[in-house]
Amino acid sequence: MAVISYIEAINQALREEMDRDQKVFILGEDVGLKGGVFKTTEGLYDRFGSERVLDTPLAESAIVGVGIGAAAYGFKPVAEIQFADFIMPAVNQIVSEAAKMRYRSNGDWNCPMVVRAPYGGGVHGGPYHSQCIEAMFCNVPGLKVVAPSTPYDMKGLLKSSIRDDDPVLFLEHKRCYRLIKGDVPEKDYIVPIGKADVKREGEDITVISFGLTLHFALQAAERLAKDGYSAHILDLRTLYPLDKEAILEAARKTGKVLIVHEDNKEGGIGGEVAAMIAEECLFELDAPIKRLGAPDVPAGPFNGVMEKFYMLNPDKIYEAMRELADF
Amino acid sequence: MGESTAVLVEKKHRTLGLSDEQVLGMYRDMLLARKLDERTWLLNRAGKVPFVLSCQGQEAAQVGAAYALDKEKDYLCPYYRDAGVVLVFGMTARELMLNSFARAEDPNSGGRQMPGHFGGKKYRILSGSSPVTTQVPHAVGLALAGRMEGKDFVSFVSFGEGSSNQGDFHEGANFAGVHKLPVIFFCENNRYAISVPYSKQVACESIADRAQGYGFPGVSVDGSDILEVYRVTKEAADRARRGEGPTLIEARCFRFSPHSSDDDDRSYRPEGEVEEDKQYDPLRLFNRYLKEVEVLTDKLEQEIHDSVAKIVDDATEYAENAAPPQPEDTLKHVYAETGRDGKWQ
Repeated sequence: MAVISYIEAINQALREEMDRDQKVFILGEDVGLKGGVFKTTEGLYDRFGSERVLDTPLAESAIVGVGIGAAAYGFKPVAEIQFADFIMPAVNQIVSEAAKMRYRSNGDWNCPMVVRAPYGGGVHGGPYHSQCIEAMFCNVPGLKVVAPSTPYDMKGLLKSSIRDDDPVLFLEHKRCYRLIKGDVPEKDYIVPIGKADVKREGEDITVISFGLTLHFALQAAERLAKDGYSAHILDLRTLYPLDKEAILEAARKTGKVLIVHEDNKEGGIGGEVAAMIAEECLFELDAPIKRLGAPDVPAGPFNGVMEKFYMLNPDKIYEAMRELADF
Repeated sequence: MGESTAVLVEKKHRTLGLSDEQVLGMYRDMLLARKLDERTWLLNRAGKVPFVLSCQGQEAAQVGAAYALDKEKDYLCPYYRDAGVVLVFGMTARELMLNSFARAEDPNSGGRQMPGHFGGKKYRILSGSSPVTTQVPHAVGLALAGRMEGKDFVSFVSFGEGSSNQGDFHEGANFAGVHKLPVIFFCENNRYAISVPYSKQVACESIADRAQGYGFPGVSVDGSDILEVYRVTKEAADRARRGEGPTLIEARCFRFSPHSSDDDDRSYRPEGEVEEDKQYDPLRLFNRYLKEVEVLTDKLEQEIHDSVAKIVDDATEYAENAAPPQPEDTLKHVYAETGRDGKWQ
């Protein structure tokens, strides 16, 4: 085991998959010589050359669309969208093309590609380098949406995504890149797509989250423990399709559920999680399902005071957890 | 036309390297595309197929271009009018009719997509969708994949002139230009994007002019002249295979039908325009040429027409009687490993 950062886990997964399979290649803006604006692809250009770590024109729809053509042919493209906020020109390619290729061709063609996108706030990114975009893509059959929270899950899920036969939107919380570190085995392993993971066992309340807010919730749980309450924390890891079984199990475990995500509350994926629980086990609950998300304003003012107001943090999550525990 | 002209034009298909047999094949494919199309309109008006997208008026462009490609290795990203293109690449009349009737056996989509949304791995036709122009970057990706594997296939993508306004056209063409990829961008300019005429869509004289901005040649060709279309597309394919990069071709065509079976073009096309355009009916023009050069005799013409009529009848009957998909098939092929609810297990 070695302790590495969330971003190192991405770099390692890419390098190992490219070593393992000649069909894997990277394309995107600044991914080559520069090694990416976050340095995610650092060293890969030297190792694999300009063809397999392809610097593309600044054109997101082509980055994804060209990837789709190569994937349909039999390659395994890993397309990088520099910031998730800039994915919008590529939405047609992701939603209308990649996600529907298999279905519309009756299983004749498929599109085994990964679209990586750094999302989330807390980095003074303003309204266009801070957004959470998952909700827009979590209603698209044919697409898988993955959002790991820890270096271990990051490496294992990125490998699974690259090896998957279908398109995966792979969301990386950019604040986690260097903030989050964790144990990662030296040997090859994968983490299956579609499986949530209990990150903390507890008895009194259940918190369901992912990404940066998952880490905030873990911190808040420590504080809550001092109040005499134990929190059970489920990391969704895959946001679409959701791991319904794990969600229901976690909800039943304590009977009190708080869903936390950084995205705006209304229309966020928390609504879907809440609906699943309400539909299947409402009468096993001891409190109304609670959701905690960002206020329903555009993500991420640049001003530090405003950004802090907008973003969730361990204190805000603690308050919500405590309130639910007291219910 | 007199004897001397006939001799001159006779040189045309021969000088292009096309045998008499090949040009007769081209004529047959054009005719088959036309006759299948006409049949689907009848079936639509009879309430048997819900929707028709037509190729009428564009058959020379489609068949001429497809003949210039290598049917054994090139890849296609066609658009919804390209019955002529896919027929040349091996899709059968029965398969096109199965597509129109949305039957289970339809190789394009098993009844999932509207007619004209072609696809078939065995023919190297990448499945297409309805949002126009998304296929352009796909063709570039196929070409990129071929280059990475050291293959010498060409990637052919077609679209209407309306599509040349889309961002995906620009993004795809630019990408192919930068990487000098073997792509043929084939614009079938029929002068209408549903109801909006060319003058309200494009300010430059020719779609081919747009190539200049991408650093590769743009060629405009009479889309009713099948041999000219063949010639310029062959040149583009040769260039691409030599590693000299993409070409943009504008084939100037006519649209003889409304946009679709749900459209009535009388509300926006000047009276008499379609009739006037039909002077340039590519099928008639090619028929005349083939007769002038004495490749097509009256007897042969009759034989071809009879055989095409039979093929169309057979295809109609076959597709009409073919089984529909099972209702539960709706849940299949969402992901690779499909569980009972259509999601992977």
